[in-house]
Amino acid sequence: MLSSWPILSIVTFLPLIGVLFILLSGGDKKSAEHNSKMLALWVSSFTFIISLILYFGFDPDFVGYQFEEQLEWIAGSGISYHLGVDGISMPFILLSTFLTPLAILASWRSIKQRVPEFMIAFLVLETMMVGMFASLDMMMFYLFFEGVLIPMFLIVGIWGGPRRVYAAFKFFLYTLAGSVLMLVGIMVMYLQAGTTDIPILAQFNFPPEYQFWLFIGFFASFAVKVPMWPVHTWLPDAHVEAPTAGSMILAGVLLKMGGYGFIRFSLPMFPDASAYFAPFIFALSVIAIIYTSLVALAQTDMKKLIAYSSVAHMGFVTIGIFSLNEQGITGAMFQMISHGLISAALFFCVGIVYDRLHTREIDAYGGVADVMPNYAVFFMIMMLASVGLPGTSGFVGEILVLVGAYKANSIVAFFAATGLVLGATYMLWLYRRVVFGRAEKGDVLRMPLLNNREISILVPLTVLILWFGIYPAPLLDIINPVVSSISETVSNAAMLTANLQ
Amino acid sequence: MLYQAIVFLPLIGALVAGLLSVRQQNLPAEVISVVGVCSSFLLSCYAFYDVALNHNSVTIEVARWIDSADFVANWSFRFDTLTAVMLIVVTSVSSCVHIYSIGYMHHDKARARFMAYLSLFTFAMLMLVTADNLLQLFFGWEGVGVASYLLIGFWYHKPSAHKAAMKAFIVNRVGDFGFALGIFVIFYLFGSIQFDEIFQNASKFADVSIVFLGFELPALEVAAILLFIGAMGKSAQLGLHTWLPDAMEGPTPVSALIHAATMVTAGVFLVCRLSPVIEYAPFALDVITVVGALTAIFAATIGMTQFDIKRVIAYSTCSQLGYMFFAAGVSAYPAAMFHLTTHAFFKALLFLGAGSVIHALSDEQDLRNMGGIWRKIPLTYAFMWIGSLALAGFPFFAGYFSKDMILEAAWASHSFTGQLAFWLGCAAALLTAFYSWRLLIMAFHGKPRCSDEVFVHVHESPPVMILPLIPLALGAIFAGWFGYEIFVGYDMKYFWGDSIFILPEHHAMEEAHHVAEWVKRLPVILAASGVGLAVLAYWIIPSLPGKVVSAFKPIHTLFYNKWFFDEMYDILFVRSSVRLGKFFWINGDKKTIDAFGPDGVSGLVMNGSNRLSKIQSGYVYHYAFAMMIGVVILLSWYFSGFGR
Repeated sequence: MLSSWPILSIVTFLPLIGVLFILLSGGDKKSAEHNSKMLALWVSSFTFIISLILYFGFDPDFVGYQFEEQLEWIAGSGISYHLGVDGISMPFILLSTFLTPLAILASWRSIKQRVPEFMIAFLVLETMMVGMFASLDMMMFYLFFEGVLIPMFLIVGIWGGPRRVYAAFKFFLYTLAGSVLMLVGIMVMYLQAGTTDIPILAQFNFPPEYQFWLFIGFFASFAVKVPMWPVHTWLPDAHVEAPTAGSMILAGVLLKMGGYGFIRFSLPMFPDASAYFAPFIFALSVIAIIYTSLVALAQTDMKKLIAYSSVAHMGFVTIGIFSLNEQGITGAMFQMISHGLISAALFFCVGIVYDRLHTREIDAYGGVADVMPNYAVFFMIMMLASVGLPGTSGFVGEILVLVGAYKANSIVAFFAATGLVLGATYMLWLYRRVVFGRAEKGDVLRMPLLNNREISILVPLTVLILWFGIYPAPLLDIINPVVSSISETVSNAAMLTANLQ
Repeated sequence: MLYQAIVFLPLIGALVAGLLSVRQQNLPAEVISVVGVCSSFLLSCYAFYDVALNHNSVTIEVARWIDSADFVANWSFRFDTLTAVMLIVVTSVSSCVHIYSIGYMHHDKARARFMAYLSLFTFAMLMLVTADNLLQLFFGWEGVGVASYLLIGFWYHKPSAHKAAMKAFIVNRVGDFGFALGIFVIFYLFGSIQFDEIFQNASKFADVSIVFLGFELPALEVAAILLFIGAMGKSAQLGLHTWLPDAMEGPTPVSALIHAATMVTAGVFLVCRLSPVIEYAPFALDVITVVGALTAIFAATIGMTQFDIKRVIAYSTCSQLGYMFFAAGVSAYPAAMFHLTTHAFFKALLFLGAGSVIHALSDEQDLRNMGGIWRKIPLTYAFMWIGSLALAGFPFFAGYFSKDMILEAAWASHSFTGQLAFWLGCAAALLTAFYSWRLLIMAFHGKPRCSDEVFVHVHESPPVMILPLIPLALGAIFAGWFGYEIFVGYDMKYFWGDSIFILPEHHAMEEAHHVAEWVKRLPVILAASGVGLAVLAYWIIPSLPGKVVSAFKPIHTLFYNKWFFDEMYDILFVRSSVRLGKFFWINGDKKTIDAFGPDGVSGLVMNGSNRLSKIQSGYVYHYAFAMMIGVVILLSWYFSGFGR
């Protein structure tokens, strides 16, 4: 029986086996580079295929954890090796395993130094990401959660651009500040509940005064990852310096760690505090949407522009989560998956032209449609998806978030909806300056068409973005049942709090 | 199946043509997209017969779309009379424009792409008119917006074209902002966005208030006005109209199809579709009336001063849309729909005719460089006459029936806003006739003002561009004649069925048939005087316009510069938001957050760690150090906990 296999462990640690192979495969420099690329691509693709079992074997109607694995880790301590997925984590695991091979393929030619090491970092990154989403134990979660940052830190710091050191350092400082507080929170929870098992903690009713402080501890860590305004300034720098593949994973998966954390921990474990802090988070999110959209408008660097747009889009996510109703949370979940695909695709689109012209300055381009019509088509689709055009996945998440937000607070919905206009403005303006016009600059005229490798990265992303936009039911069916149970918990708590007051 | 095919055939055409455009296989792309849209038209005729005339309204579920708890939006089609009328309008004009484009775009290598966009637009428009819920309508709404964006920017080499494309999209997004909020309010109230559920329960919410942005306001008024803001964007009403004239940068067939006949009327369609809700929002109705009336006169004042042949017609479109809105505002929805239909024919005819003129004059669009060509292109000339007669509302042409119906209904509404709309509408009727004949005379009569080599080349368009004009011309002549009884006659309630709802106490429609004789005569008299004035000023005394302009210099400057809306918006929104963005970036992100956050802290850490980091300066070390701290704390705690 397939179901008796430890699928989650396999998906989590399979990339490490790839790492082992890369370490073992020797040879001269050239063949080592080639082998490591092929190995990384094959292993990550295989991991993706295995992870599809999670999708097809998943019972969407069952609210609770599936594919559970539990082994004692530290006897009698309440800490265990516990893996499992539900409708919240399963889509993220698939997103990670889906994006990793694409990102490896994206760095096929653009990474020229220390190739085997780069591939190793990527595979370790995949293990950490999957492990984090699959963990059902706080301790494990924390290890993976922090572990994710190490390979990403190296990817930015070693294979990054000229200011990579500053960027990596900034990235590190921010995340460190958050993590320490979360660790303290985890310890407090353990003292209270005597276990770090997530399903048990989710049922454990923490007293409101504990919830208040625990919420702040977790918030510090998650807010940096999302990132929420004003702790977002590491993101543009990290993106600008990161290699294309790093940006794809950073925007595609790593930014979702914060949102995932809020849904997995903050809402079910600290429902009273979540309701209490919701207005505060609304405020930060609304500022994020308007402020960063305007800042995006002022950018002259393509990658920075898209990085700022990510902050704005993640503002929708936090609004959705803390609207505390079903549409809001489902919308936030959907928006995260969708943004994972769209932003990865957008960063790859930037990477494509960067590989050709070696600049990210918007003004260096213009008239790309003349020389790369096929690129113009893909970039157009991604641009429209980012703008939230109905029929693309971007719309589904955004509209559900706004519906949920309106239920919670009409003023929040009003200001968040201005993002519809602002988002269109900076994306269309970017597209216009890069793609439209007449190709006149010599460098631009020499840009070759998309090659098959690039097309084979863009096509799967495009297909999924359109599919989830036109027929999102497969994803919504997975998300909905869990979300309704979470929102029930939270709204009961919120009501209780309101009554007590 | 037949009904689904109406919507999906153009989509298939668009996808196939789009694929063919990769290798620039233009002919097959043209054939497939034309066949797709024309078959869709034939099926629409059947649908019109079955749904509108035989009253077999149907709703067809296609697939699931978005659902989250009680928020459910499925892909489903609603075919009722209102939809059927729009189907005929959209597919007939679209078919003509598709065929015309084969000729018009003949010299363009990328015409497969052009056909793909046109078909894509048709698909989105059909999704819009067949939607069974607000969200699917929004899908079509944004879809036509994107198609319009792609088509305005079709000649992407031209900076003016892609600028206009972007402007169109963004101004429309401002409207969509209102539309989206309207959807949220409706969902909040009704717990559903399905039309049937909304319409059945609308009366229950007539006196309900909601808190919106901190104010307690009548719920349906809020919803109606927000949705109307969406309509204002799409239909280029005063305030959100600035994109429409610029949209003329697109190829002329696009202007005919999207920016005259179909997409811009989507706002009118929306208001009529939501009549069961809007009827319970009297204040919103007044707003719609006033905005419509002001747009009608405002756009006409600009139209009479412009020199670009397409912009004149564009402002005329803007103005005519104003008529449709104030008709809807006085609860004369059938009259609005009637004018929408007749206008589609004669305005598409005018645009395609103007396209033929531009084509004949080697892409000249400035009226000042035209003239004296009517003998050389007599067919086009005749078509332009028919279009202008219909537009100005001369007896027995299409516009006569529909525009007079609107003005009569406005008069018969006996409300202050209705009276205002009537008088402004009459004034606009005068101006409409004036600028139409100004255009005709300047384009076709007098001495040729173009260069000799252009003049030698002036030629009548090929049959593929003339033939599609014939059905449109027939529509411009007879649509009013035929449509009058069905759309707004005594049996109109039977025709419209449930698709349009009018409160019993709103009887502008019935009373419109019984207004005083002078009310019926006035528009025609005004139109005739408008023509007379134009003939006087541009034919008999050609020096007159110059004198009038210099005598009323300030007013002319205001009109000629489009009331300075673009300049105002540029200062208020465009520049200020870029400036604000720069300010936030430099002063917010860099000088505040970074300076006090990471850079400040890192400065401190650097100072401290400089002494320590003699051994190692790698950042991994810092990281590992942090991990170590975590592990140490954890372990100490673990051990203490173990001993408990």
